[in-house]
Parts: sequence; structure tokens; C-alpha cells
Amino acid sequence: MITYICKRLWQSCILAVIMSLIVFLGMYVVGDPVEMLAGEDWTEQDKIDLAIELGIDKPLPEQYFNFASDIVKGDFGTSFVYNRPVLDLITERLPATLEIALLAMVIGLGIGIPLGIFSGIKSNSRASKVISFFTTVGYSTPNFWQAIILIMVFAVFLQWLPASGRGLTNTMFGIEWSLLSLDGLRHMALPAVNLAIYKICMQQRLAKSGTQEILYQEYMVYARAKGISRSRIIRRHLLRNILIPIVTITGLEVGGLIAFSTVTETIFSWPGIGKLLLDSIHMVDRPVVVAYLILITLMFVFINFIVDVMYAFLDPRIRHQK
Amino acid sequence: MSKFIEKLSILGETLKPIFSGHPIAIAGLIGFILFVFIAVFAPWIAPQNPYDLMVLDIMDGLLPPLSKLGNGTTAWLGTDAVGRDILSTVMYGLRLSLFVAFMAVAIGTSIGVVLGLLAALKGGWVESVIMRAVDLKVSFPGILLALMMLAILGTGVDKIIYALIIGVWASKARLTRSSALSEMKKEYIDAAEISGLPRWRIMLHFLLPNSIAPVLVMVPMSLSGCIGAEATLSFLGVGVPITEPSLGLLIANGNDYLLSGKWWISIFPGTVLVLLVLCINVVADRVREHNNPYLKSQDQQ
Repeated sequence: MITYICKRLWQSCILAVIMSLIVFLGMYVVGDPVEMLAGEDWTEQDKIDLAIELGIDKPLPEQYFNFASDIVKGDFGTSFVYNRPVLDLITERLPATLEIALLAMVIGLGIGIPLGIFSGIKSNSRASKVISFFTTVGYSTPNFWQAIILIMVFAVFLQWLPASGRGLTNTMFGIEWSLLSLDGLRHMALPAVNLAIYKICMQQRLAKSGTQEILYQEYMVYARAKGISRSRIIRRHLLRNILIPIVTITGLEVGGLIAFSTVTETIFSWPGIGKLLLDSIHMVDRPVVVAYLILITLMFVFINFIVDVMYAFLDPRIRHQK
Repeated sequence: MSKFIEKLSILGETLKPIFSGHPIAIAGLIGFILFVFIAVFAPWIAPQNPYDLMVLDIMDGLLPPLSKLGNGTTAWLGTDAVGRDILSTVMYGLRLSLFVAFMAVAIGTSIGVVLGLLAALKGGWVESVIMRAVDLKVSFPGILLALMMLAILGTGVDKIIYALIIGVWASKARLTRSSALSEMKKEYIDAAEISGLPRWRIMLHFLLPNSIAPVLVMVPMSLSGCIGAEATLSFLGVGVPITEPSLGLLIANGNDYLLSGKWWISIFPGTVLVLLVLCINVVADRVREHNNPYLKSQDQQ
């Protein structure tokens, strides 16, 4: 198990280096920051001075080395637009993104998996067909369109829930959380449901096909023949085996939720990192875009690592593999 | 001509067992064909060319559905702020959305299949490089990579196609490789190698046709994924340019008017988008179900 973890850790480090190289090459070679920052009346000498100041007169490998060592030191540069350290901007907004992603995840798993197991076990019942039809519709509806419909129904016509902003926040561990106040929760409801709908549909489909594949395996028939109670079969034999694909997808989906939150946050004006990214793309605020991409990459590498370890934990075949 | 009819009947024979007895999937297929038809013939069947400034009249702006326009025709689905007929903009938008998605899936799948075959045939470092690149790509969500690409490249129809291709190729390469590897163990490949055929010929004439089936099963899913992704990116303003709106951008344009009660500008393109993706997804589900050995054996039980 330990050698397995070490091997994966090593691979993750290589992955992180490759991705930082791709982001570096993409952002620093395709566009010229001097041309973007330079004013109309700048002389050639001004531009050369700026290039020296930014360190882009140096050869490419040295530039990458400086870029990487700045990141390791936690220095992501200063935003052109806000004129503040980028890392501060991102860490300030991260809790807002994390809290809707987590709430969406809880809703998604809590509703999706039971629905999926039910429709897998009773795959020929009418209820199962209705559920599957609705999840296909939900799965087929783009996230931003669901958001528009949610706003139209719950914020404009019924006026039950607010459609934008974070509402009142309470402070815990020095961080502002909307989760801790009623008003904050009301503001969270629509964005979190928006993110969760896709997750519910995804989990239902996964759990359903997983259940159907496992239901007729020999060990299931054997367990039934032994006279083990139905609920015990579902808990011990079925749930455990469908969890493997679900854990993988869920791990990747945590990242997917944070990536998709760019869409949700923009529509609901939720002040998280996704909205920050899109605003920065529109305003060509390059340090913020680079920092976001690097951080999200590192996060993904980390999530993949965790998923692999979890996978090994759940599946003894992987744990003992050479 | 007779050869064409023969091919058509072969296609019919292949599709029949997939779709017979599944009315929802048949409806999806018919719906999809209808959308493709509208998209292809949009310039001929749309009531007006919404991007020809000569036919637009600002006096026709923001009319609700079924209103009469200044020139006497009826705007069945209403008009937008500058007097474009919504029915026409939706048809043109559908055309662009489908074009972008088709191009991305066609190019992305071809790249994936070729790389997968190369990995299977060559092995060694070629295989490791290709498969590590696949691992790298698969560990990131497509929408994020597309945003990354567009942040670097800027917006435009060609750029969004590149961005979507990035999301398509990897899973196809992985699938082609594994399916080609299992084909390569079979005797007919050995026979071809012994008879001294060149490698590229074995790849194109023997391996490709025999290992492509599982990849084709994934194509409808990729298509609907690309349509949704393009709409999302265009909605966010980082996709197609303002001058050539796809369905996603049409929805974004109408979004500002939603709160003032002018619902038709967004709702119609949105409905078409959802129906289009839904049609493709029910077909995709059926095709996948048909090709899943686990579920098939269950049908027989």
C-alpha cells in the first residue's frame, strides 16, 4: 500500500510540473505582456525597460525557472485590475466557491445514489422509467439554461428566493460563510441546486447501471440463495461494489463542480473564484488567469491522487498489484 | 444509384435491431434528423436573413410572438431588440451550433482514432507518450480546458472548434487503443503480417475497420456534449463572435430582457437547444445500451 502511494505521489508531481509548463508556455509565449501593458506614447526604450522588469528578456528555460520558483514561494504576482496580490484575491473568494460546491455535492449524492439504486433494482417499474426519463432531461439541459429557468421560476415569478449575491455571511475560523446564516442559505439555495441537478442525474445514471451490472453477478445470486436479508445484500454486497466507479467519478466531479461553478457563479453573481476567472478573462487580467489555472491544476492533481488512493483502499486487487 | 440504395438498406438493417421497440429513441432520431435538415437548409427556409441589415427595421424591435412586421409578414416567434425575426435567428443559430459541434467531433474523433491505432501498433515510447497525454487530458474537466484554451487563443468560430477538439480526442484514443490491442491478438492480423503487408496497410485496412465500433458508439454522446459546451462558452461570452450568434449566444442576448418580461428572445433558442441535446442523448443512450453486453444478457433473462 505504501509503495503504491509513493508511486502515485511521484506521478502526481510529474503531472503538476508538466501542467505548469503547459500553462506557462500558453500564457507567456502566445501573448506579449509588454504590448498589453504599454501605453500609446511609449518609446522602444520604455518597452525594453518593462521587459527587463518583468524578466521576459531572459531565455525561456530561465523564465520558466523563475516562474516556477515564484509559485513555489507562493508569489503569483499582482492583479493588473485590482492592483492587489493575486493569491489574496483567490483565497478571499475560495470559501464562497467551496461552500456551494460542497452543498451541491451533498445534495447530488444524497438524492442521486438512492434514486439510482432504486431504479436499478426495479428497472422495469414505471417509477424507475419516470425517474430515468427525468434524469435524461436533466442531463441534457445545459447548466446555464437550468440556471435561467431557476431564476425565472423561483426568483421572478414566485419571488421565493434571491437570484444573486451571497447574502449575510457569518465568520468562522476567520472566513466568511453563507452556510451559517438563514439569509446566506437562502442565497445559496438556487446556485447550489443549479450545480446539484447535473450531479443528481449523473449519480442516478451511474448508480443505476452499476446496480444492473452487479445484480446478476454470481455472488449476488449466491447471497440471495443463502437467504441473507434484502437490506443486508444491498448494503454489504451491492453498495460496496457500485461504490468503486462512483468514488472515481465523484472525485473527478469535485473538480468538475468547481470548474462548472464558473458558469453558475457568473449567472447568480456569486462572488467565488469562477466568477473571478471569467471577469479576469474579459478584462485581460493575466496574472489572475495564470494563477487560477495553476492553482486549479494543482488541485486536480491532488484530487486525482486522493481518488487513486481511495480506489486502492476500496479495491484489494489494485492495492496488491505490482 | 442501385449501389446507394443497397448501402441504404444495409444501414437500415443495422439500425433496425437498435431502434425497434424503443419509441422514445425513434422519436429522438427523427427529431435529430429534422434539426439537421433545418440547420442545413436554414438560408432557404428561414423567413428572413437576420444578419442582412437591409431587411431589418428597428421599428419591428421587441415584438411578441405572432406579431405582424412592418413588411406584412408574421413574426411567429417574435423579434429581438433590432427587429430580427426570432424564428430565423434560431434557424441560423442552430446551423452554427451544429456546424461547430460536428467539426469538433469529426476532427477530434479522427485524431483520437489515429493516435489510438498508432499507440497500439507502435508500442514503446510512442505508446507511452500518447497514453500519458491521454491521462493528462482525462484528469481535467473539458469545460475548464476549453476555457483555458479560449483565454489563451481569444474567441472565434475556429478557436472554439479547437477548444472543443481538446475535449474530444483523448477518450477516443484510449478506447481505440484498447480495442485495437485486443484485435491484434487475433489470427488474421498475424496472417496479414506474415504475408508481408506494409504496416500502414494493416493499420488502415485491417485494424481500423475492426476496432472502430466502440468508438462510433461514443460519437452521439460527444456530439451532444460539444453542443452543450459550445452553448455554455458562447453564453459566457468566450465562444462564437457577436456577428455569428449560435444558440448559446442568442440565449445570452435575450437574457438581459428576461426580467422585463420579454421572454421569447431567450426561451425559444433555449428550448431548441434543450430539445436538440435531448434528442441526441436518447439516441446515444439507446445505442450504448444496445452495445452493452451486461445489459443485453439481462434483456434475455
